[in-house]
Amino acid sequence: MAKENSAQTGTSRVKRGMAEMLKGGVIMDVVNAEQARIAEDAGAVAVMALERVPADIRAQGGVARMSDPGMITEIQKSVSIPVMAKARIGHFVEAQILQSLGVDYIDESEVLTPADYTHHIDKWNFTIPFVCGATNLGEALRRINEGAAMIRSKGEAGTGDVSNATTHMRAISDEIRRLSSMREDELYVAAKELQAPYDLVKEVATTGKLPVVLFTAGGIATPADAAMMMQLGADGVFVGSGIFKSGDPARRAAAIVKSVTFYDDAKVLAEQSKGLGEAMVGINVADIPAPHRLAERGW
Amino acid sequence: MKIGVLALQGDVAEHIASLGDCGVIASGVRSKQEIESIDALVIPGGESTTIAKLAKAFGVFDLIKSRIASGMPTYGSCAGMILIADQILDGGVDQESFGGIDAQVRRNAFGRQVDSFETDLTFAGISGASFRAVFIRAPWVESVGTQVEVLASFNGHPVAIRQGHLLATSFHPELTGDNRIHRFFVDQLCKESTKAGI
Repeated sequence: MAKENSAQTGTSRVKRGMAEMLKGGVIMDVVNAEQARIAEDAGAVAVMALERVPADIRAQGGVARMSDPGMITEIQKSVSIPVMAKARIGHFVEAQILQSLGVDYIDESEVLTPADYTHHIDKWNFTIPFVCGATNLGEALRRINEGAAMIRSKGEAGTGDVSNATTHMRAISDEIRRLSSMREDELYVAAKELQAPYDLVKEVATTGKLPVVLFTAGGIATPADAAMMMQLGADGVFVGSGIFKSGDPARRAAAIVKSVTFYDDAKVLAEQSKGLGEAMVGINVADIPAPHRLAERGW
Repeated sequence: MKIGVLALQGDVAEHIASLGDCGVIASGVRSKQEIESIDALVIPGGESTTIAKLAKAFGVFDLIKSRIASGMPTYGSCAGMILIADQILDGGVDQESFGGIDAQVRRNAFGRQVDSFETDLTFAGISGASFRAVFIRAPWVESVGTQVEVLASFNGHPVAIRQGHLLATSFHPELTGDNRIHRFFVDQLCKESTKAGI
């Protein structure tokens, strides 16, 4: 049994590697076991278990917290694909509880009401990997510095309006391209301006990409939305309210999965966009007063 | 020799890079024409249920199955191992595989992500230091037929197996930068089939 002792869990490679396996896939928000099965049948690579999808959180207001562990366990039993769950920003005890349930990934998410307006969770303390949202490169690197093993561009959750997802994805890739073109002695100031650790800034400048997988989220409602985000450089897509707030969730879910695989083939995208029924009604981000925008949470 | 990496879902780029380090220019394949044009295939890590569903939806499932059956050298890591095993245990409802290796593979056998781990393994057929193996929600091999060679085991469970032109690992050599297993596939499985004129 000597070998068993040498097995190391929770290493960066194991945490970041898990996200590598999700690439080219769609992660879907589900609120019960039945939706989780629909998502799995449609070809989702993982599900995000939560009590209310962002559109409902937005509509109903109030404080949004970690979901009932009983409901998360129920979903874990009903599917064989990975199950993720959300903890509030900075709420390390919610994260401890989620880890004890054996969820596969924790999303420290701005969709829930933050528990700490200064500190994020110290994610190095956990065996379970974390995904965090970011609106720009500096924010992404601060989260990675705290131990995030995967980043998702935030977009504006629960709107069905893809405009903020494109803004954030473009901001991140634009800043990466800018770093790649810099002289080495310029990276010190770049790190200061990005408010990110120099070592990570230098790594991004050298490799031309984030050191972790980059998904996209927040407002994706159609196969074309998902494919556009892939063409803009996302490794995969989170779809929240967009599926189960639409007319025919099973069909739309399967169509988005196929469109992420064939994101650069307009013929396939046209086929997958046909006859999906009603998309979620949505809200224009511009109509939401700035203090109510979820993307502004997190720092 | 044209090697394709099945690009329906998963860590395709990492396998292409590992093959590149072995001097092989591989490319992602997803369409029927692309899959028909290759001489060998790598099935990456990913979600086996998702990859199988997409293969069915885009009409390439039976093509891959028949090409594997007719001797195309194929290597599968993790999800890829599940997909080239004849029998899946603990799979999703109605989960099907391309098959090829006479083995039973248990999905997520090492547990959930909290149990995912890395360790050093001895791999029969590659020389030098032990191999750093990364297991992510990994399957193990429950039982094998008489034609199957076990190349590596962990805690009594086979985690790397070969049957003729087919190679499967529970773990992800594409994540470590150590390309010896990809080289083994290229040198031992792909070149042998070229010699045999398959």
